[in-house]
Amino acid sequence: MTDSQRRVRVLVAKPGLDGHDRGAKVIASAFRDAGFEVIYTGLHQTPEMIVSAAVQEDVDVVAMSVLSGAHMTLFPRVKELLDEAGADHVLVTGGGIIPEADMEALEARGVGRLFGPGTRTTDAIAYVKEWFAQRETV
Amino acid sequence: MPDSSAQSTTADLAKRFRAGQVAALARAISIAEDQRPGFEELLHELLTAGPTASRVGMTGPPGAGKSSLVAHVAHAYRAQEERVGIVAVDPTSPFSGGALLGDRIRMNDLATDAGIFIRSMATRGSLGGLAATTKEVLDLVDAFGFERVLVETVGVGQTELEITAAADTVVVVLVPESGDAVQAMKAGLMEIADIFVVNKADRPGAPRLAKEIRQALHLRAGHGVQEPSGHHGVDLTQVARDARPTSTPAVDSEGWDIPVLETNALDGTGVEALVEALGRHRAWLDSSGELDARRRDRARGRVRDVVEREMRRAAWSSMKLQAALDEGVDRIATGAATPYSVARELLAQLLR
Amino acid sequence: MSTLERDVLSRAELDALVREQEEQLADLRSRLAEWQRAFDSSEKRDAAFATVSGREIEPLYTPLDRAEADDVDALGLPGFYPFTRGPYASMYRTRLWTMRQFAGFATAEETNARYKYLLEQGQTGLSVAFDFPTLMGYDADHARALGEVGVCGVAVSSLDDMEALFQDIPLDRVSVSMTINGPAIILFAFYVAAAEKQGLSADVLRGTVQNDILKEYQAQHAWVYPPEPALRLIVDMFEWCTEHAPKYNPISISGYHIREAGATAAEELAFTLRNGFEYVERGIERGLDVDLFAPRLSFFFDVHSDFFEEIAKLRAARRIWARGMREKYGAKNPESWRLRTHAQTAGVSLTAHQAENNIVRVAYQAMAAALGGTQSLHTNSMDETLALPTEKAVRIALRTQQILAHESGVPNTIDPLAGSYYVESLTDDLERDAEAIFAEIDSIGGVVHGIEQGWFQQRIATSAMRQQRAIESGERVVVGVNRFTDGSGAIEIETLTMDPEVERRQVEYMAKMRAARDDQAVARTLAALTEACHGDGNLFPKILDCARAYCTLYEIRHGMEQVFGSYKEPVSF
Repeated sequence: MTDSQRRVRVLVAKPGLDGHDRGAKVIASAFRDAGFEVIYTGLHQTPEMIVSAAVQEDVDVVAMSVLSGAHMTLFPRVKELLDEAGADHVLVTGGGIIPEADMEALEARGVGRLFGPGTRTTDAIAYVKEWFAQRETV
Repeated sequence: MPDSSAQSTTADLAKRFRAGQVAALARAISIAEDQRPGFEELLHELLTAGPTASRVGMTGPPGAGKSSLVAHVAHAYRAQEERVGIVAVDPTSPFSGGALLGDRIRMNDLATDAGIFIRSMATRGSLGGLAATTKEVLDLVDAFGFERVLVETVGVGQTELEITAAADTVVVVLVPESGDAVQAMKAGLMEIADIFVVNKADRPGAPRLAKEIRQALHLRAGHGVQEPSGHHGVDLTQVARDARPTSTPAVDSEGWDIPVLETNALDGTGVEALVEALGRHRAWLDSSGELDARRRDRARGRVRDVVEREMRRAAWSSMKLQAALDEGVDRIATGAATPYSVARELLAQLLR
Repeated sequence: MSTLERDVLSRAELDALVREQEEQLADLRSRLAEWQRAFDSSEKRDAAFATVSGREIEPLYTPLDRAEADDVDALGLPGFYPFTRGPYASMYRTRLWTMRQFAGFATAEETNARYKYLLEQGQTGLSVAFDFPTLMGYDADHARALGEVGVCGVAVSSLDDMEALFQDIPLDRVSVSMTINGPAIILFAFYVAAAEKQGLSADVLRGTVQNDILKEYQAQHAWVYPPEPALRLIVDMFEWCTEHAPKYNPISISGYHIREAGATAAEELAFTLRNGFEYVERGIERGLDVDLFAPRLSFFFDVHSDFFEEIAKLRAARRIWARGMREKYGAKNPESWRLRTHAQTAGVSLTAHQAENNIVRVAYQAMAAALGGTQSLHTNSMDETLALPTEKAVRIALRTQQILAHESGVPNTIDPLAGSYYVESLTDDLERDAEAIFAEIDSIGGVVHGIEQGWFQQRIATSAMRQQRAIESGERVVVGVNRFTDGSGAIEIETLTMDPEVERRQVEYMAKMRAARDDQAVARTLAALTEACHGDGNLFPKILDCARAYCTLYEIRHGMEQVFGSYKEPVSF
């Protein structure tokens, strides 16, 4: 062994009851193609399920897709539960139908950048790579 | 090279691991999986007690329903208040080095059960159905205190022999769509299975597949067939002309009667029988001394793995050896040496 | 008098006719060769000449592209087999399409007010959008509903909410479409019970409940039960409606969500029709007379951005359905052959950047829907990718349809694009593609097996990924997103935000309702339902009893779940 085989590990999740997983699947595939290890949880996840998976999988990033309008409930809840579980080093990011004002409000609460409709997958990949390169090593 | 801070982190991690913190197990797995600096020291620190869990491996082709069966079996163990660790392996993309690990989808019911731990692993280029470090990861899950450890192989179709070195009990899951018993035999599945499961038992072809496997197991064990079969125009009773009395069960060379079970992972039919068979196999492993033998084989393999890995590292991290290699390649190019003579020279240097 | 107008041709006349046609074809071929040279020597734009679905398009279509076609049989006439040119003889000359805007948000009271506004604005049908908890069969006060109550639609957790939703809207005079699937039979029971409260019996009810569970497994993912019991409930609806609510459509077989999830036009067409045939087979298996239930099956297609392909898709859909129903399923009643459809413009084609441009996209898509001969239409609001639509955006969307209907002249003649070499070729191509996909579905063991294996889901995801790559590489232009992006910065339009109080209020209503109802009746009707699930009788009357007793959505869902179990998503990458 010479180099450690560190890969970016990302949990891609669909929280809430909304079943539109086109965006989640597209980003999951794009992350895979970017060399990330993507754990896909499937649909209808509660914040508790997502955080439990994030801890067990020791991921660097939790990426969620929310199109249901419930983003103001779901993103902060996941962030809060991660912090409680001692996983405050995990980046919480995602996308969906999220008004800009809400994105800012969520960022102020410790959530990472969020991406609206029409985002290029390459932008999301670049964001995660940059964050990963600059994160505090844990 | 671990510095003092890394050592203190290792000590802290080990403490949290022993205190039963799931995040510590998860991190220890990452360290082992990535082979981060100091991972062997960490494993040494954590794996002092030796294996205690019952380890079951599930293998079989894609779409056979392995994840669903793992979930059902885990549920059954939870109902008996046993804690279950699950490791699911999926392939790494050869193009990007990334992976899409989707086995948790099938296990969503278990997601928030504190008695369940699920970890997804990518093969990271390793062939044979497991990742290079899956065995270490299983050791960690075992050491953390799970009574049951279930591991699911990639299932890309090729024979996944590694599973036999990683698990105490190997369950081979087949479905009617995955081909007939002859194909299973050719793929070497008869040799690795402790238990056969024909999943999707409601599909046409399932009962026949189960029957064919039973017949194949009998033939392999040197017995005749239980029932004559006229399906394929080949009369198997003729093939096995000196058939023994048909009541003799299929028994492998060490005295374990390999069961062929039928399940439906969609609704859980047959899972009870599978759990019961797993229990019987475990009891047989214990009573026959086979478990001890398998564990000793695993330990022997592990030591060899580490030695080989370290030798490789020692060899290729030596500047001197690298220089000798470069120089040797030049001589090979001019015809003054062959790869074999250069290798002998390098080995002589290394082992001096 | 032309020779064609006489019944019998002499041998000599026939030969002359054939000769004449051969000469014409030869002439056309030589002219085409000349054109081809001119075309080849012309400079070409650097663009992908393909549809949104990736179908390569020829630069020119001529009669030679359809030399084999028999248009008398393949097209027929409007209102006649095989209905390629439209399901009705007089189409929009008799009645324009129904302008039906999907709406629903917050509580039943607030949605009720929006409905009254829309009816005053000239809308001719109502369409209920439920919130996600309702779509999944959870009550507003269930733990899993947290944060989603009344957000993307209206929360209807019991008969009480359904009564409030249609307060002062006489259900015998308005046609109501309900978009609900997994728990559709329960919401339909609430609806029937609400009509009873208005003193109306089910036989006067007009409208549609989506109730298409197969596409939920494939694309939209709002399921409750596994496929077999779910299909049983759907056939129960067919059976009950045939007898008691003959004007009501108990299903709307939907391609919309399949397409929105990423399928191509051909996949949308094929999956939807194959699902439709699956329901027909299930009805026949139950012993229902196909000609009694098939006339009430309705459809719902997406109308995406590629103008001609979408028109061709709707025309092909009618032809494939008619042929299948008559030839394969032996339906004798022409009503069973007639595919009637609702259409909606493509939500997925809307952009967040320069959102006003969406008005134009929607207008073209709406025109394609009308040229394709739709029976009703929802036009999307320009701001839907940003948030819930504002009243202004909804009004513009409705006005778009009114301009199309009353100013553009499009509805003046029936199927105006028939005979277009291009549109007819595309119609034929789509039909052929659909037949090929049907064969594939058969080869994997049919629809339900395909769902359980994740085959449909996988295929849709692959198509979605291909389209995403085409946009990111610039191969497919999206104005304001990957080209002409000046002014694509900040979002300029006002959006509607939800009041977080809604959830709290809804939970309060539920508490009051629970306190007021007869607990014994609740327990009794629920127990009877669960018991009935073990048998094979029609479950709708039992569900209706539960609804009348004010059992909640989740209580009824759970009552059946104890026997049926719940659906688990297959892994599909």
